Amino acid sequence: MTIAPSPPVAAKPSPRGREPEPRRSERWTRRFPLLPALVFTIVVTQLPFVVTLVISTFGWNVLHPDDTAFAGLSNYVTVFTDGRLRAAVLNTVLLTASVVVVSILLGTVLALLLDRRFTGRAIVRTLLIAPFLIMPMASALLWKHVIYNPTYGLISGTVDMIRRLWGDTAPTRVDWVTDYPMTAVVASLVWQWTPFMMLIILAGLQSQSDEVIEAAHVDGAGPWQVFRSITLPHLRRYMELGALLGSIYVVQTFDAVFTITQGGPGTATTNLPYEIYLTMFRKYEYGEAAAAGVVVVIATIVVATFTLRVVSSLFREEMR
Amino acid sequence: MTAEVRRGRRWGALWTLCAWAAAVFFFFPVLWMVLTSFKTEAAAASNPPELFATPTLAQYELVQERGIIPFLINSGTASIVSTLAVLALALPAAYALAIRPVPKWRDVLFFFLSTKMLPAIAALLPIYLVVQWLGMLDNVWTLVVLYTAMNLPLAVWMLRSFLQEVPRAIIEAAQVDGARLPTVLVRVIGPVIMPGVAATALICFIFAWNEFLFAVNLTATRAATAPVFLVGFVTSEGLFLARLCAAATLVSLPVLVAGWLAQDKLVRGLTLGAVK
Repeated sequence: MTIAPSPPVAAKPSPRGREPEPRRSERWTRRFPLLPALVFTIVVTQLPFVVTLVISTFGWNVLHPDDTAFAGLSNYVTVFTDGRLRAAVLNTVLLTASVVVVSILLGTVLALLLDRRFTGRAIVRTLLIAPFLIMPMASALLWKHVIYNPTYGLISGTVDMIRRLWGDTAPTRVDWVTDYPMTAVVASLVWQWTPFMMLIILAGLQSQSDEVIEAAHVDGAGPWQVFRSITLPHLRRYMELGALLGSIYVVQTFDAVFTITQGGPGTATTNLPYEIYLTMFRKYEYGEAAAAGVVVVIATIVVATFTLRVVSSLFREEMR
Repeated sequence: MTAEVRRGRRWGALWTLCAWAAAVFFFFPVLWMVLTSFKTEAAAASNPPELFATPTLAQYELVQERGIIPFLINSGTASIVSTLAVLALALPAAYALAIRPVPKWRDVLFFFLSTKMLPAIAALLPIYLVVQWLGMLDNVWTLVVLYTAMNLPLAVWMLRSFLQEVPRAIIEAAQVDGARLPTVLVRVIGPVIMPGVAATALICFIFAWNEFLFAVNLTATRAATAPVFLVGFVTSEGLFLARLCAAATLVSLPVLVAGWLAQDKLVRGLTLGAVK
């Protein structure tokens, strides 16, 4: 498990650099196997965005079909001035950042615990990745009804059990989801994403060269010093990769918000995907939803350009 | 035994204990879900929570009576067919990006990756309208097409990374021996990348099986998948914890098993082949 050290044969710099430019027919036989996948991807993923772009310039509410008309940029004005959407943007940033940061921290701790030989290590690893494999919808329902339920949920039950030890028999009646909505959503997602981060960081730890650490020990470095000056810098790229991939997925969170809080109370946990969903299928404001979608795509492109640069730097290293 | 070694052992035991505690803590909700699924509704809603109650299969019978089977068949169809379609499209594409690369193969690779970053929600409305126009709402084949597009970039990246590892020398050697392209593909490249293909298929299957956003918005009664079934299981009145857990356990089981079997390859797939 390392960041792709490519086999020497594959490490030819660029096939174009060595071989002469392929002939025309030759180029087409090379291209041919690629075309079905490329065409399919363009049709299914790129065309919808063109349609979105067109719809976003229309005032279009399904409930008032007669009023459908070209509206220019007015939907975009709504998107940028609407308080709900601004709240949704803030919630999305807050949600994504907290989930990614906390799960990377926890993932690092778990990876460090697993990066040594001990009895049952394989079992521990197997148990730890389970949260990531549970269907997200099942996990959201599990947290909402089985864990957070104020009367017979796991948390309330455990708190009551501990309080009974102190002779306090009055039951706790904290409605975890209503009182701490954002924390409730974040906690369930952290549970789900920590194993993902752990796997990536563990791969990073296992790719460290033992010789360097050995040498540091010989030079009299303590375990903490080795961790800070050797392990942590080595892990940085793995953490970046985890953060970037995690962000791509967590930004799109829908299941957990849909199930645990329905975006509430008020707009306390409404993130962008959920807000767009509401605009589309509850308010039927198609034009507005499309405009919000376009804004999200543009924001994503900005973030993605940055992401691609990092992935591409990893990738170039692999090609070397 | 020196004092230092003994101290090392004691620290080691402590670390092991911590690792086990963390595993139990993270796994506990899953364990609790499975345990609750074997309880009666009354036992499931007890406070203080009971770890073990007299086990019963009543909840699983109930879930079956409520008609989980068609939902599982829809999920299975959408996930398996889309995974096969992904492999059919991605294998040649990966070949054209790794073994006999097209010019500008790097740009193509990053184009695939960039489509993975576009949020699904932004595509939902146009897809919904087109699917409606085509009369394909509530049709499992719609999900097959969408899941294929969703997993294709991932599969192209992953398979490319596996194909990259096939030593050029053995391909060239086979060609020198006069082997034609189909023979090279089946006899030389095939066996080497088979584990990689299996891992790719498993990861595509996992993502398709778990998908909810498209499933809930584009299907109704006929083509709805397992996660949609779960949502319909929650009622505002009466107790439903035990049944919910039974249903959640059932629908999570295929992916849990698949993921556990493929755990060595999981990290490579999830990082698109960047981390091995």
